[in-house]
Formats: sequence, C-alpha cells, structure tokens
Amino acid sequence: MASVKTTTLPGGIINRPGSTIDYKTGTWRVKRPVVNLDKCIGCLICWIYCPEPAIIKRDDGKIDFDYDYCKGCGICSLECPTKAIRIVEE
Amino acid sequence: MLVGEIKTIKELYGLDLIAPGHRACAGCGALIAVRQILMASKRPLIVVSATSCLEVTSTPYPQTMWKTPWVHLLFENAATAASGIEAALKVLSRKYNRQEHYIIAFGGDGGTFDIGIQALSGALERGHRFIYVCYDNEAYMNTGIQRSGATPLGAATTTSPVGTKIVGKTQQKKDLMEIVVAHRIPYAATASPSHWKDLVNKVRKAQSYDGPSFIHVIAPCTRGWYFDTSETIKVARLAVETRYWPLYEVENGRYRITHPVPNPKPLEEFLKVQRRLSHLLLPENAEILESLKAYVNERWERLQKLSACFA
Ligand SMILES: Cc1ncc(C[n+]2csc(CCOP(=O)(O)OP(=O)(O)O)c2C)c(N)n1
Ligand code: SF4
Ligand code: SF4
Ligand code: SF4
Ligand SMILES: [Mg+2]
Repeated sequence: MASVKTTTLPGGIINRPGSTIDYKTGTWRVKRPVVNLDKCIGCLICWIYCPEPAIIKRDDGKIDFDYDYCKGCGICSLECPTKAIRIVEE
Repeated sequence: MLVGEIKTIKELYGLDLIAPGHRACAGCGALIAVRQILMASKRPLIVVSATSCLEVTSTPYPQTMWKTPWVHLLFENAATAASGIEAALKVLSRKYNRQEHYIIAFGGDGGTFDIGIQALSGALERGHRFIYVCYDNEAYMNTGIQRSGATPLGAATTTSPVGTKIVGKTQQKKDLMEIVVAHRIPYAATASPSHWKDLVNKVRKAQSYDGPSFIHVIAPCTRGWYFDTSETIKVARLAVETRYWPLYEVENGRYRITHPVPNPKPLEEFLKVQRRLSHLLLPENAEILESLKAYVNERWERLQKLSACFA
C-alpha cells in the first residue's frame, strides 16, 4: 500500500480509546442493584438497557454487576422480567 | 435489503463500542440509545458528534468513552464533518485500496432540528453514505433545558415555563422526519431504545444502503423530563404504546409502521409520569391537552394511510 501523507490538525487528541474506565462512576451511587441468581434466567434484558454498561455476563450465562461503574439508576431492576434484581441502600 | 437480521440479545453481547466511566447522568436515555446503535453497527466505524450532552459526557478530556474513532467539531456541523470524512475515505479507498468505513453522526434535537438542519440538509442532498442519528430528548439539555423545535406542545422548559402567561411551550413539535423524507434519501426511520430489536435492525438496514440514512430515536432525559432514574425505558415504552412516538420507516419512499399499536394507551399515561408534562392533566389545561392529542392522532392516522398506500 502506498504511504499517505498526513498532517496533524490542532485540537484535542485523545489517543486512548475507552479511557473513561479510569474514572469510577460507581462512587456516584446511592443505591445498589443486587441480583438473586436463583431467579436470574440469563436473558440479558437488564444488560441491553444499562446506560453505562455496568453489567457483565458470567460464565454460567447469568449476570453480575460491575460496581466500579454502576451508577445505581435502577433501570435493570425495573426491566428484569423475573424480578431478580433488588435495589438496596448503599 | 436486510442483511444479518439480529434476533436475540445474545448476538449483541461483546459488541459494545462505548466504555463505562462516562459522565452521563444515571439512567440517561441518550446513552442507552447510542450504546444499542453502536453495538448494531458494522465495522470499522467512525463516529461524529455535535456539541451536546452526548459529546460532553462521553469525552471528559483527556478521557473518552468511545472505543472507535470519534470526532467532535461544532454544535451545528456534525453532518458536514461526517460528509468530509466520507468523501475523504472514498478517495483513499479508491487510490490506496483501503477498507471501506461506516460513519455515524449523532446530533441532539437542538443540534439537528434547529442549529444543524442546514448542514444535515446539505449532507443528505449530496448523498453521502452515512447514518445521521438524531437522539431526541426534546430540549437543549446540556445547557439547562431550553425549548427546541423538538419540544412538544405544553412541555415545561426553562425558556417555556408554566406560569400565568404561558403554559409550557406554545408551539407543536416540528415534524423532522417529514423534512428528512423530502430529501428522497434511501432510508429514514424512527426508533426507541425500549424496542431494542426494532432499533438495532433499523441500524443494519440503514447501513445496507449506499447513501444517506436517518434515524430519529427518542432519548428520555431524567433531568429535563423529571422522572425517576429507573424509569427511562418505561417512559420510552409508554411513548410508543400511546402512539406519541410512532415506530416507522420510510424505505425508498415507502412508508411502513414497524410496530403497530392497535390498542393504544391513553396519552395521559405518558404525560403523567413526567413533571415537564404532567400539568397538562389539570382541568384548566384541557385545551392544550386536546391540541396535543390531536397532533398525535393526526400524525398516526396519516402514517397509517401512507403505510396502507405502499402495503
Ligand atoms: C454555536 C453554539 N451555540 C451554542 C452552544 C452551547 N450549547 C452547547 S450544547 C447545547 C445544547 C445542545 O442541545 P441538544 O442538541 O438538544 O443536545 P442535548 O444536550 O439536549 O443532548 C448548547 C446550546 C454551542 N456549543 N455552540
Ligand atoms: S434481566 Fe433479570 S433474568 Fe434477565 S439476565 Fe438480567 S437479572 Fe437475569
Ligand atoms: S443500576 Fe443502572 S447503572 Fe447499575 S447496572 Fe443497573 S442499569 Fe446499569
Ligand atoms: S441531562 Fe439528560 S440527556 Fe443530558 S446526560 Fe443527563 S439524562 Fe442524559
Ligand atoms: Mg436535546
């Protein structure tokens, strides 16, 4: 492939994709979601609606929270079809 | 035209192109919509954002949530920036045999309905191959909830307050989809993050066309609409179920309602869960409520007739 001449334009350049992971938004949380794994059917509906994302699929297909980033909005709890997620005070 | 229809959530797992740690409010609807759209997108992908909540919360310098190349220039020119990128990459791929890229531009409703509409119109008319996504939280949220051309009739914002002289915004919402459709682009659709399957497949469909496409997605905002952070998806779903937010597409001029709502819930169900609109249920505001209902009903009937024309 022929080389392409590039010019660096002025402006803010961030060269680390996804670097917001350096900032733990979990500290914002006042309420915490807790999953009851007996009720979880691994449908991932909570995951598709999490704005962060702060939900992880476990090896067994059920879910876990990434409390480093979960802001405690409660969407996952309201949307879970089996009511497997409880919201508790921090 | 549909390639690779997404049928289950599991197919999307692992496809995230945003990282956590972004600074959007807890429960932000815009972030849910953007996250779903990016998961569905083909790769390699370049993203452009207009100045907005999305831009500000996604890139607190020197950090970025984007895991794919991303550019921000100004409030008014996301479509222009996307056009330039598309044109440049087209030349590069021809000259140097480079891989084809996909491009998505995101603008808020202020950045799209109002200040960026000229740039959007130009980009659609020139025929650039990209998706323009307007995530619509129905006001200028990032600067403190000012009314926009997308704010619905009667909604309280800081520049259209509820008082003795006026009761929220005094004009109806602009019908942006109709303006976009008038450009005769190959694909335009509305969407809601509550109906994720409908949304992700519209993204795939948009990217199957060699030309401009447009997606208008509802993005409930907990701060500006005043509802609990847990209710973002519930509110988006109510918008669809009351016919406030019809889910439809216009493919090569052919209208189709993608999610029929044969038994709509009363519009009040959508209004009462948000403090920006709940005052419309007061008896003294009955007239405004009627006008808003008429707007919603007339639009739905019109869409139904248009869909029937092309069925
Ligand atoms: C030319 C210009 N005018 C005004 C602003 C200030 N400004 C920044 S973001 C914003 C509001 C954006 O509203 P919208 O596009 O609806 O996105 P939202 O923040 O609601 O997601 C405004 C007015 C600006 N950045 N540039
Ligand atoms: S929505 Fe509920 S059942 Fe489904 S994966 Fe999440 S916790 Fe489990
Ligand atoms: S509470 Fe909100 S942020 Fe936390 S995991 Fe659930 S949806 Fe995600
Ligand atoms: S103000 Fe609204 S749109 Fe902006 S980040 Fe917060 S919830 Fe999202
Ligand atoms: Mg807005």
